[in-house]
Amino acid sequence: MKMNMVDAINRCLNQEMERDKDVIILGEDVGVDGGVFRVTEGLYDKYGRARVIDTPLSESGIIGCAIGMAAFGLRPVAEIQFQGFDYTGYHQIVQHASRMRNRTRGEYTVPMVLRLPYSGMIKALEHHSESLETIYIHIPGLKVVCPSSPYDAKGLLASAIEDPDPVIYFEPKSLYRAFKEDVPEERYTIPIGKANVLKEGDDLTLISWGAMTSVSKEAISDAQMEGISVEHVDLRTLSPCDWDTVIKSVKKTGRAVIVQESVKTLGFASEIIARINEGALLSLEAPVKRVTGWDITIPYPKLEQYYFPDRQRVLDAIKETIAF
Amino acid sequence: MPITRVFEGTVDYLQILDKDGMLDKTLEPALSNEILDRMFRYMVYARLWDRKCIALQRTGRMYTYAPVEGQEAIPVGSAMAASNDDWIFPTYREANAVYHIRGIPTDLVNLSWMGLEDGLKLDKKYRCFPYVLPIATQLTHAVGASYANRLRKENPVTLAFCGDGATSEGDFHDALNFAGVLELPCVFIISNNQYAISVPRKWQTKSETLAQKALAYGMKGVQVDGNDVLAVYTAVKEAADNARAGKGPSVIEFVTYRMGPHTTSDDPKKYRDPEETAYWLDRDPIKRFRAYLKDKGIWSEGYEKGVMEESSADIEEAIKKSEAHFQDPKDMFRYVYADMTKELEVQSKEAFRVKKTQSGGVGLPGQKRTEAG
Repeated sequence: MKMNMVDAINRCLNQEMERDKDVIILGEDVGVDGGVFRVTEGLYDKYGRARVIDTPLSESGIIGCAIGMAAFGLRPVAEIQFQGFDYTGYHQIVQHASRMRNRTRGEYTVPMVLRLPYSGMIKALEHHSESLETIYIHIPGLKVVCPSSPYDAKGLLASAIEDPDPVIYFEPKSLYRAFKEDVPEERYTIPIGKANVLKEGDDLTLISWGAMTSVSKEAISDAQMEGISVEHVDLRTLSPCDWDTVIKSVKKTGRAVIVQESVKTLGFASEIIARINEGALLSLEAPVKRVTGWDITIPYPKLEQYYFPDRQRVLDAIKETIAF
Repeated sequence: MPITRVFEGTVDYLQILDKDGMLDKTLEPALSNEILDRMFRYMVYARLWDRKCIALQRTGRMYTYAPVEGQEAIPVGSAMAASNDDWIFPTYREANAVYHIRGIPTDLVNLSWMGLEDGLKLDKKYRCFPYVLPIATQLTHAVGASYANRLRKENPVTLAFCGDGATSEGDFHDALNFAGVLELPCVFIISNNQYAISVPRKWQTKSETLAQKALAYGMKGVQVDGNDVLAVYTAVKEAADNARAGKGPSVIEFVTYRMGPHTTSDDPKKYRDPEETAYWLDRDPIKRFRAYLKDKGIWSEGYEKGVMEESSADIEEAIKKSEAHFQDPKDMFRYVYADMTKELEVQSKEAFRVKKTQSGGVGLPGQKRTEAG
C-alpha cells in the first residue's frame, strides 16, 4: 500500500496499540486534535482519553510522567511537538530515562519512546527546524533512531516500541508528506542498530540519515550521470551505530562523504570520521569530507536555504573527494 | 458589574502532641500499643543508623551521606500510615527510614551510600522507589507510576516526597499539575526542614506556607507539625484514604528542622544561628513521643535501652555485611542497555585490562589499598 511517512507512523501506532494494551500515547494536542502534524489522527477516537492523553503543556511533565509510566509497566510513546522545544524535558531524559536501568541494576527500566519531529526545510518559525541529535547520541543508555522513508518509519517505530530501552525516535518533518512508497499493511520490524545499504557502489561511500538521505539520493543520481558510482549507507540507527557496515563500505570504496543537517562542530559526522580513522584509515584514498549545517543559529525561514546541505553541496563534496 | 470573589482558599495546621508531649485528646489517633511501640522503634532505629552513617563517613567507610536527624517522624509516620499496597517515593533523606519500615535489608540500603549501585536494586515487592538525587525530578515519575497503576486497574496510593527547596523546581509544578488534571491518587509530602543546603525557606518563596501551593492545582493542602509523629500519621492516613476513595491528590507540608548538615559535605554553623537549632532541639520528635509513650505506660528507661541495644546490634551486623559486599565491576557495562551492545563489549574488555580494586585505588602489586573519603 502506498503511504507517506505520516501515514506509516500513524498506522504503526495504531497497530501497536491494538497489539499491546500497555502502549499509550501522551503529549500536547495528540488526542482530539490528532497532533500538530496529525500523526496521531484517529487514535483518540479509537482508544479513548485513557490511552491517548492530551497532557498539560509541559515537556518536562510529559517526559517525567512517561518515565514513571514506563517504569511501572506501560509502553508510553511520548510526543514532543518539535525537537527544538524538548530542552525543558531533556534533564529527565539524561538524569533518569537513560540510567534508571543502571541505577537500579535492572529492577526498574524505561521502555519508552520519545517521538521528536526534527529537521528543517519546512519554512517554520524559530526553534522549529533543529536537528541536534548529537545531544541524545551522547548519552549512554539511550537508543536513537532516525528513519528516512515511510517504510523505515513504520518498521523502526515498531521496533522502538517493543524495545526494552528508551528510544529517541527522530521524525524528519520535511519528509512527513514528501513522498509515498509501498509500505506493507501488516506489522513488521526493522532491527535497531543496523544500517541500510540503500545502493551499492564502488567509488565512494556516502553516509546519511533522516532528511539528508533524500538530498543525498538526488546528488548521488547526479554523480551517477557523471560516471561516479556511490555506495549509499543510510544509518537508520544513530545509537548504537552499526560501525561494521560503515567500515566495511569505506574499506571497499576508499572514499567517504558524510551528510549531516546539524551544525558542523561535534555533529555526528565528527564521530563517524573518528571511527573511519580507527577502522579504515589505511584504505582511504582521500580525506573524509562532511557536508553539514553551519555553526550558526538556524536562520529564520526566509533565508534558511543558506543553512541546509543541498543537492549541489553534496554533489560538489562527492566530486572533490573523487578528484583528490 | 460588581466585583465578585472567584476563589477563596484556606490551609489548616495540625498538631496533636505539642513540644513537651502534651496531647490534644480530641485529635488523638486510635493506635494500638503495638503500633505505638513500632513507631518508637523505627524512629530510634532511624536516628541510630543515621548517626552511624555519619560516623562511617567521617572515618572513610562511607561516601557522602544526607542525614535525617530531627526529621524522623516524617518518614516513620508516613510509611506507617500507608497501606502495604501503597507506593512510596522517598527522597534521599527519608530513604533509609522508609526502606527500613518496608522491610528492605539495612545492609543493602547501606550500599548506595558506600558507593555501589547494588544498594538501589530494590525489589519491586517492597513498593519503594529507589531514591534519586536531582531535586523534585522523582515527583513526575510518581505521577506516571500512579497513572500506570490506575490504567492496570490497581488502586494503590502513591506517596511522593520532596523538600522545601524542591518546591521551587519546575518538576514540582509539573507533578502537581499533572496529578491534579489527571485526578490521580497521589499524596505529595513536603518535608519543610527550613533549609535547602544553606538557603533558608524564606528565600525559596514568598508564599506564606508551602501547603497553599496545592490550592493552585485544585487540591487540598495542609500544614502539619512534622516533629509530631501522631500528626504525621494522622495527616498521611487521611490524605491517603481520600486519594483511595477517589477524592484526588493532595499536599501535606510537614514543618520540621534538619538538626545536622544537608550532607556530610557542609557545615551548618556557616548558615544557621545556633539559637535556632536549640529552639528546634526542644521540639525533637523522639523526645515528645517518648513523653507520650510514658503517659501511655509503654515507655520506661529499660524499654528504651532495650530498643537501642536491639537496633544498634542490627545496624552493626548490617554494616559488616555491607562492607563485605562485592559488586562485579563488569556490571557498570551490563546495565546500560537490556543487552550489551557490541561497542560496550569492546570497551568493557579495555576497561578491565588494568586491574583495580573496589575501593578505587589502582591495585598494583604491593601497593596499599587506598580508601576514598
